[in-house]
Order: sequence, then C-alpha cells, then structure tokens
Amino acid sequence: MRGSSLAMKGAVLLVAVFVVFKFVAPLVTAPLPMSLIWLYLFLTTVGIVVYGTLSSESTEALLGPIFRFLGGDGLNGVAKFARLAVLVLVPLLVGGQTYSELVPSSQPPAENRTIHPAPPGEFVGLTNPVPNTPENVMMGKGLFAAFCSPCHGPKFNGNGPASDGFNPPPANFVDPGTIAQLQESYLFWRIKKGGVGLNVEGHPWKSAMPRWEVELPDDWIWKIIMAEYAGSGQKPGTWE
Amino acid sequence: MEPYERHWRSGGRQARLWAYAALVLLLFTVAAPLGLAWAQEAPAGSATEYRDILPGILGSRNLIWIIAQQHLLLAGFVLGVPIFAWVCEIVGVRTRDPRYDTLAKEFTKLLTSAYATTALFGGILLFLLLGLYPKLMVYLTDVFFPSFIVYSVLFLLETATLYLYWYGWDSMQGAKKGLHLFLGFLLNVFAFFIMIVPNSWATFQASPVVITEGSMWAKAWAATWNPTWWPVNVHRLIANVVLGGFICGAYAGLKYLMTQNQAERVHYDWMGYVGNFIGVFGMLPLPFAGYWLMREIYQYNQQMGITLMGGFLSWLFILQAILIGILFLGANYYFWLGIMYRIPGSEAKYRKPIMTMLVILLVCLGVWMTPHSLVASLEEARKMGGTHHPLLGVFGVMSAKMTVVNVMILVTFMSFVMYWRAGKQETATWAKAAKIGQGVILGVATIVVVVLGVWGYFVPAITRINYFSTTQVLVVLFVLLTITPLTALVLKSAKTTTEMVWGIMPPRAAYALVLNAVMVILLMTLMGYARSSSRVHWHVYGVMQDTSPYAYSPALGYAAAFMSLNTFLFCLMVAFIFWVASLGGEKKEGTSGKAHVKEAVKPAVAGAPVPAAGRR
Repeated sequence: MRGSSLAMKGAVLLVAVFVVFKFVAPLVTAPLPMSLIWLYLFLTTVGIVVYGTLSSESTEALLGPIFRFLGGDGLNGVAKFARLAVLVLVPLLVGGQTYSELVPSSQPPAENRTIHPAPPGEFVGLTNPVPNTPENVMMGKGLFAAFCSPCHGPKFNGNGPASDGFNPPPANFVDPGTIAQLQESYLFWRIKKGGVGLNVEGHPWKSAMPRWEVELPDDWIWKIIMAEYAGSGQKPGTWE
Repeated sequence: MEPYERHWRSGGRQARLWAYAALVLLLFTVAAPLGLAWAQEAPAGSATEYRDILPGILGSRNLIWIIAQQHLLLAGFVLGVPIFAWVCEIVGVRTRDPRYDTLAKEFTKLLTSAYATTALFGGILLFLLLGLYPKLMVYLTDVFFPSFIVYSVLFLLETATLYLYWYGWDSMQGAKKGLHLFLGFLLNVFAFFIMIVPNSWATFQASPVVITEGSMWAKAWAATWNPTWWPVNVHRLIANVVLGGFICGAYAGLKYLMTQNQAERVHYDWMGYVGNFIGVFGMLPLPFAGYWLMREIYQYNQQMGITLMGGFLSWLFILQAILIGILFLGANYYFWLGIMYRIPGSEAKYRKPIMTMLVILLVCLGVWMTPHSLVASLEEARKMGGTHHPLLGVFGVMSAKMTVVNVMILVTFMSFVMYWRAGKQETATWAKAAKIGQGVILGVATIVVVVLGVWGYFVPAITRINYFSTTQVLVVLFVLLTITPLTALVLKSAKTTTEMVWGIMPPRAAYALVLNAVMVILLMTLMGYARSSSRVHWHVYGVMQDTSPYAYSPALGYAAAFMSLNTFLFCLMVAFIFWVASLGGEKKEGTSGKAHVKEAVKPAVAGAPVPAAGRR
C-alpha cells in the first residue's frame, strides 16, 4: 500500500509543480519560459529520487511499483492496457519531440544572449563629470524625453511607443536587474557607441541601440544617465 | 596440448596482435601531427611565433588545452593526496586506530605512480608549449627564469622526500613515527610551493605586473606577486583537498562494489566515509575562496570581471551551480544513507529532518541555478517583457546566489552534525543547554544570512560586496567553528545507544561517491576553462596579444565537449593508476578475496576490533 503511495505521491508532486509553474504562476506574474520550468521539474525529480531511495523500504516503495508496472508481471484489466499504452506512447512522444525539434519553423530559436558584455578598457571606471544637481537632472530628463523615451518609455520601463518593434525589447530601467547592476561608465559606453559599437568580446549580441555619439555631446549623455537613474528610482552600481 | 592451453595461446596471439595494432596506431597518431608541425617553416629572417598541429582536426590550442588540463588535474590529485594521507596518519597516531595508517599508506602508494604521470604530463606540456607557442614562452622565460630554477630545486626536494616518505613507511613505525610524520609535513610544504610557483606563471598571464627596471630576481618577484596569485593559491589548495577526498571516496566506492569479501566491504565502506568527509570538509570553505578570487579579478580589471560574471562566460557559472549543486546533494545523500543504513532503526527518527534539509537544499539550488537572463523563445520573451523575468529575475543576481550558497553550506554542515550525533545519547548535565545554544546559533545565523541577502538588493554593490557578503561568510564560519567543538565536547561523554554497522551500505552509496568525484573533476575542467578564457585574445592580459589563428573564444558547447573529454581522459588515467597500484598486492588479495566470499558473516561494528583482512 505504502509502496504505491510513494510512487504515486512523487508523480502527483511532479504534476503539481508543473501545473503551478506553467498555469498558476502566470496568474500573478509573467509566464515562465519552459527552460526554467524544465529546470525546476528536474530538481523536483532529483528530490523525489533522493528522498525515495534513502532506505531499502522506501526504495522498494518508490521504484517497485514502477518496475512491476513496466515488467507487466501479474497485471490484468485496465493496468495491463495502461502498460501497453505507456509502452506505445513513450516512443511516440520521443519521436514527436524529435520531429518538432527538427521540423523547419518560422520561430527564431531560444537565445542565451549576453546581456552585459564586457566594455572596452577605455570606458571602464569613468566617473560622471557633470555635477548631480536638480538642474542637470531636469535637463537630462528633457533630453531623455526627446531622444530615449520613444523606445525606453516616458516611465523608464522600456515600454515606449516604438518598443514593440524591437527584439530584444528596449531595456527596462525600473527592473533592478538592468542599470542598477551597472556603473555609470557602462551606460556611457552603451549610449555613446550603441549597438554597432559592441566589441567582439560582447558577442553573441544584437542591439538596435543608436550610436548617440554622432548626435549628442558627451555632457548631454552624462546628464541623460543621471536622469535615467533618478527617473527609474535606481542608483548606479559602484565599485571603488 | 590441453584445450585450455590452446585457448590461452590463441588468446595470447590475439592479444599480441592487438598490442601491435595499438602500437602502430600510437606511432601514427604521435608521428603524424609532429610531422605536420615540423613541416611548417618560419619565413627566413623572422622568429617563429606559432606552430600548429593538425589544423582543422586538432589544432595547437586544443592539444595544449587537453595536456594542460590533464597535468593540472593530476597535479591537483598529487598535491591533494599528501595532505589527505598526512592528516590520516596524524589521526591514526592520535586515535591509535591502525585503519587510518593503513588508509594513509594505501593512498601514498597511489601517489608514487600518480607523481610520475604528473611529471610526465608536465614535461609533455612544456615541450609542446616550447614548440607551439615559442613567442610566448620566450617572453615568460625572460620574466620568470629565476622561478624556473626555484621550481626545479623544489621538485628535487619533493621527489626525495616522497621516496623517503613512501619507502620508509614500514621502517619508520614505532619510535621513528615522529620522523615519518615530519617527512609528511615536509612533503606537504614542498608540494605547496610546487603548486604556488606555477600558479604565479598562470596568474601572471591573467593579471600581469611588469616592471622594467631592477634585477631579474626583482622582475620575477614582482611578476609572481600579482593580484590574483594568492587568491588562486588558496582556492587551488582547498580544491586539491576536495579532489583528493572525493577521489579517495570514489576509489573506496569502486572497491566496495567490486569486492565480495565482507571484511573488505567494511574497510572500503569506512574509507568511503572518510573520503567523503574530507571532501565535504574542504568543500565548505571553497566558495569563500572562489568569491575572494572573483573579487580580486574585479578589482584588478573590471572588464575581465564583467567578461566572467556578466559577459559571455557568465553561462559557465550556471553550469558551475548545477555541478556544485549535484556535489552538495551527492555529499548529503551519502551522509543520509549512512544514517539510514549504518545506524539500524534510525529511519523513523531522521526521515523528517532529512526531508526538511532536502527541501531547503533543492530550493536553494533552484535559486542558484536560475539565470539572470533566461533562455526564452521570442514569444516567451515578449510575454516576460524581455529576458528578465519580473519576479524570478531577482534570483539571478549575486545577492541571491551568495545567500543560497551560504544556506546550503549550513545545511550540509548540519547534515554532518546529525550523522555525528546519530546513535548516541548525551549524558553531560549541560548537554541540553548546549543543544539549545547550538539551535540558537544556527537559527540566528540563518536569519542573518537571509536578511543580509535581501538587504543586499537595496544597497550599492560595493557595500554588498565589501560588508554584507563578507559578514555572511563570517557568520557561517562562526557557526562551523562554534558548533563543531561544542558537539565534540557534548559527544565526548555520550553513550552509544545504537552501534554503527559498517559494510552494509547499498550500491547506490558507492555510486554517489563516484558521482561526487566526477562532479569535482568536471568542475575543475569548467573553471579552468573560465579562468583561462577570461584573458580572451591575450596571452598575457594587456601585454602580449594572441595573434595566432586561435585568438578567439570557442563556443560554449564546444568548450563543454572538451571539458567532458578532459574529465573522461582523467578518469581513465586515475583508473589506470589505481590498477597499476593494485598490481603489487593483487596476488595476496586474490588469495584472500575469493576464499572469503562465503565468510560474509556478521557486519563489523564501529569501535569493535576490525578484522585483520579489513585492515590489510
């Protein structure tokens, strides 16, 4: 009795974890990518196997029903039919998965893009030469509204009117994982040199960021940087 | 001629045929690339900067990658095992338990063959570097020639000490044991310096300090004392202990699986426990050393730091999390199996605490393995509003990672403490107070670690790095350094309620030991690649650029395949070393081994006299 319950509990737990991450989580936050859900399912499986194999009794309780079911000894009725169904369905699933992986698709593949490539040496450790005064921040916000907000949004959240046209979407500065992780010198490099200025070490990369050094003098860029931190409620990363 | 003899002779012919075929293949594989390398001639009047081997098939960089990694792994083993053996020998002297001395001797025996193999690979590496990267080697020789001499002298001293230590083992028992222990100490001192000298060459390439004036000794010393030298020294020293411990565990695990002699099962079960314990013991401070190293890299050059932690190499740290996570799980699993099997009747008592620890470990691992930028399809990325998840994205940064690593260390430590206490009942009058005190220390420490981790999101990075993370580390060390002696004191007067039974662990315990060793080796190959790749297209960062056709970083999948290959080759080599070392004692073991198959009598009990065959 206990044997079947441990194997069954494990299966129920796996299904529950999948349901929670796939269907319940999107009710309160953005949907999770499948890569992450698989990762968590893998961890759950490891947990079930570790816990289930701690003693001889629990190992039998966890694996015994599975082996007996797959072996088919003493099965009859619905169980026998279920076993046959599993033995047919599993290869079909593997085949289906292989087919879906190989079939040509119009969808671009999942990417592991490098979000923060290393900046060139000449941009490392620069400090903002413009004093952080309310006037300068105000001017920076004005410049931001004129040059940056169409993509990065008037609320600094990457949700500007032109943002839908880009993949990857423009950075959301309110997200603590973006400019709050970076130093001002890093932003200066990215704004000044844009997507075309990204170094070889920064690949794989794609960015539609314009090369603003053509349009804006350096002190304007520094003011925009101050405005981005002030407007998004973040502070620049510091090292020294 | 008897049929079996004919069969033997025909088998012998076949074996010889195979041997000849292997020899021809070997000659071809060695001679062909060398021929190709020699075939390349430098333009007249200019010094050769690079040579290549089988370009498009193997390539000079790949060959150096394999040989250097094998040399480093072997060196880690050769430097880790003396520490392991010496500590075991001291424990044996202090506890008067002869099993420790036997264990230490068994591993020193492995050391002799491993030492020669390491030196062999070092020689091959040097020849290949001289031949394939002459420009770089000329430069490094100019900078480091004095330390080459020091290194050679150290090697002589180490070799002599190793011979004395190994061959004098039996003759330096009893009154001369102190001298033998001193030789073990010297062996480790020389081994330590043998490790840190080449470390200076490798770390110089990543964080060079070049002075133009002064004697050659002054230049060499300045280059040696570069910013990442000591962090790498400390990190490698600890990692070598971990490697030595877990390989000892794997060796014991394999022997445990192979033997049918119950006395040997008892011995190897115990050896597996000691190996795992030493591996875990080393693993606990290892993340701190790694953190210090990364900090120094950032301080030396932020660009390099970003390349490693935020740039294209950052995915390696997700792989690192997976491997270390499996290592933590494997080590804990082994402790838990030990409680369940070696201490009969303990399941009911320990199931619940184990489940709690397992859940905490898995949750922490989940956080650690969650990348900052998620792998997502276009559709998924659009739904998330980018590659950062608005909720889980917070797990991707250092504040979260540091916190869960510290919590995992605490859980693993408590797992060991639980194993230590299992089957014993405290008799001291103050035991209850001590237990409460330990609980309070652990509880408060966990809260402090988590609070600092959450707080870390709201302070500047430098505050988090310099104060919060350091405090987290100190708090965890405080727990380790207070609860360990307190537990030892309490258990000193404790009475044993359930005897620990050795030799009845299930096979999966041995597999866990092997898995841990493989994970450590994979980790070393992974982080070796990370350290080396952080220089990107520089031989010596910012000083000498790599202008060879291989001045690019390989794709991560390609690199991962090489890491696996290197792990596989090293495992083969270790298996060979184990096999060679066992040849001497095979006959003796053979006679006792099969003869005792049916002697699998009552399992041995901890504290009871160990059967002679078990001691060997």
